[in-house]
Amino acid sequence: MEKFVVHSGTAVPLRRSNVDTDQIIPAEYLKRITRHGFEDGLFSAWRKDPDFVLNRPEFEGASILIAGPDFGTGSSREHAVWALQDYGFAVVLSSRFADIFRGNSGKGGLLTAQVDQDVIEALWAAVESDPSLEVTVDLDRREVRAGDIVAVFDVDDYVRWRLMEGLDDIGITLQYAGEIDAFEAARPSWKPTTTPVT
Amino acid sequence: MTSEDDPSKGEVMGRTLAEKVWSDHVVRRAAGEPDLLYIDLHLVHEVTSPQAFDGLRATGRPVRRPDLTLATEDHNVPTLNILAPIADPISKAQVDALRRNCAEFGVPVYSLGHEEQGIVHVVGPQLGLTQPGMTVVCGDSHTSTHGAFGALAFGIGTSEVEHVLATQTLPLKPFKTMAITVDGELPAGVTAKDVILAVIARIGTGGGQGYVLEYRGSAIRGLSMEGRMTLCNMSIEAGARAGMVAPDETTFDYLRGRPHAPTGADWDEAVAYWRTLPTDADATFDAEVVLDASTLSPFVTWGTNPGQGLPLSASVPSPDDAVDEVDRVAIERALEYMDLTPGMPLREVSIDTVFVGSCTNGRIEDLRAVAGILEGRRVSDSVRMLIVPGSVRVKQAAEAEGLDRVFIEAGAEWREAGCSMCLAMNPDKLAPGERSASTSNRNFEGRQGPGGRTHLVSPAVAAATAVTGHLSSPADLSPVATA
Ligand code: SF4
Repeated sequence: MEKFVVHSGTAVPLRRSNVDTDQIIPAEYLKRITRHGFEDGLFSAWRKDPDFVLNRPEFEGASILIAGPDFGTGSSREHAVWALQDYGFAVVLSSRFADIFRGNSGKGGLLTAQVDQDVIEALWAAVESDPSLEVTVDLDRREVRAGDIVAVFDVDDYVRWRLMEGLDDIGITLQYAGEIDAFEAARPSWKPTTTPVT
Repeated sequence: MTSEDDPSKGEVMGRTLAEKVWSDHVVRRAAGEPDLLYIDLHLVHEVTSPQAFDGLRATGRPVRRPDLTLATEDHNVPTLNILAPIADPISKAQVDALRRNCAEFGVPVYSLGHEEQGIVHVVGPQLGLTQPGMTVVCGDSHTSTHGAFGALAFGIGTSEVEHVLATQTLPLKPFKTMAITVDGELPAGVTAKDVILAVIARIGTGGGQGYVLEYRGSAIRGLSMEGRMTLCNMSIEAGARAGMVAPDETTFDYLRGRPHAPTGADWDEAVAYWRTLPTDADATFDAEVVLDASTLSPFVTWGTNPGQGLPLSASVPSPDDAVDEVDRVAIERALEYMDLTPGMPLREVSIDTVFVGSCTNGRIEDLRAVAGILEGRRVSDSVRMLIVPGSVRVKQAAEAEGLDRVFIEAGAEWREAGCSMCLAMNPDKLAPGERSASTSNRNFEGRQGPGGRTHLVSPAVAAATAVTGHLSSPADLSPVATA
């Protein structure tokens, strides 16, 4: 995972609340066998509408999603995080995230930064009046900045540390490889292996 | 689950089975972090593994211990013409991906056509890979099955599958423990399936949330390994993380001589360790539920979750029986989906399909129970009966005993090994409106095919129902005429 300290980019205003994971990525995409390439499934029902905000040319290439409250509710599918990342989002801002989605995001390296709804409203207004406005998400200072807006955001300390170190769960565990080696060395020799015995 | 290491505790407290297995697998413990647990056995199937392997590929990580990992094809596989290419493109893609991934990462895989192929939770135990005191995981909720051996076994999500593949460990938060004590003797005709359906009806589908269940008491001790697997298998339907039974002579007898069981001096050492695992007399559980075995009878579900079950002798409940408003709505909705009328005796519910199989009841003992009832009888003309062995080995054993002939002569279909109609990811499905008596574990809406209606039953009830065409127990059947 790449280290995440400060991210700057343009942002998309998603003026909807209670966006559940089925809307983020519908079940039909769960049949795939790859871990990447889910960008076409992101908000696929809404993207059929040419006026949907993600279809508007002025928001092309945005990497920050400014969402309404209760983002990521519903099914625990990890594909929702993958789809957002594959599409190019590095950060989602909302005043309230669903727990499982937030947990999955932390694991996958997507920053879910929680700010008050009035900050969301101010950001919506700012990027709608100037879609090219650069938005900066500073994980070190837990701060989001855009034009004259400066606001602190809330993020889990452990998730913040991991993102700033560029460590996914597996990367963290692999730092303890020495401890795993030691545990394995002490395992009883009669424990089974799956090597076929013919 | 960590009381023994808690320095604040002055005296050494007794520990439960689950706590012992947990603490024997802690690789790393640090304040404010979940424990990092070592995983002894990682089982893999085609549905939940492709993204995990893809993740390894993307990060250039190898599988740390392919020799503690085993894959089998089960969820999607057809149960007829198994050597022909799989017709459904998605099923085929998943099975093909599993084969490719296993070849690339060096993981042993038992594919269609191999003698060891079968449902992942049938294959592990029958190979002797599932042993007491182990940690066992799989990207599948019914991994709880393996707890029957006194292993700590639970289902995990796809990113956890990747984590275990890469590190052979998993960071885990502690569980609570719950004793399910069933004392006394089970009446004739009452099986492990009836016990677990009664347990779930008692504690509810969320009653086990956050707990590892330990099944104890004389009725549990009296169960075979197959029965204990049936019991532990459905722990997840009570919302529990895992279910366990302490290892004893029944466990050791089952394991002795299996392909991956220890031998010689290793066997003695292993058994000596296994004998230390049962819960200490002075250990305490966070919760306890007690059932009197002698009061149990054949159990069937009438609704659309495994907690909506009643004795076969009962009648379809009414929304008026509900304990609260939520329950009332649930009953109404279930009755509507199941097309049942309150007050109707469950024995009068007509069935058109009977499914015997799955990781709950697809083992040899289950098939023997079914054959014992079908011998000399006929499956009702109004019933389609599908009998699907849980693994190729189960199929071979059944055929060696001549069970297949009993099934076919009775008018049932005898298939190849796989999950089959348990979840209808393969061609074996209920048509909309069809009603099954099924030995599987989930009666959710559409689980066995869109619009299909499922009554969960034991193998004995399934067989008796196939004969009469309505929910029945073997005691309802007239004796077979002897020539
Ligand atoms: S038999 Fe059913 S419950 Fe068991 S692993 Fe297969 S699909 Fe899952």
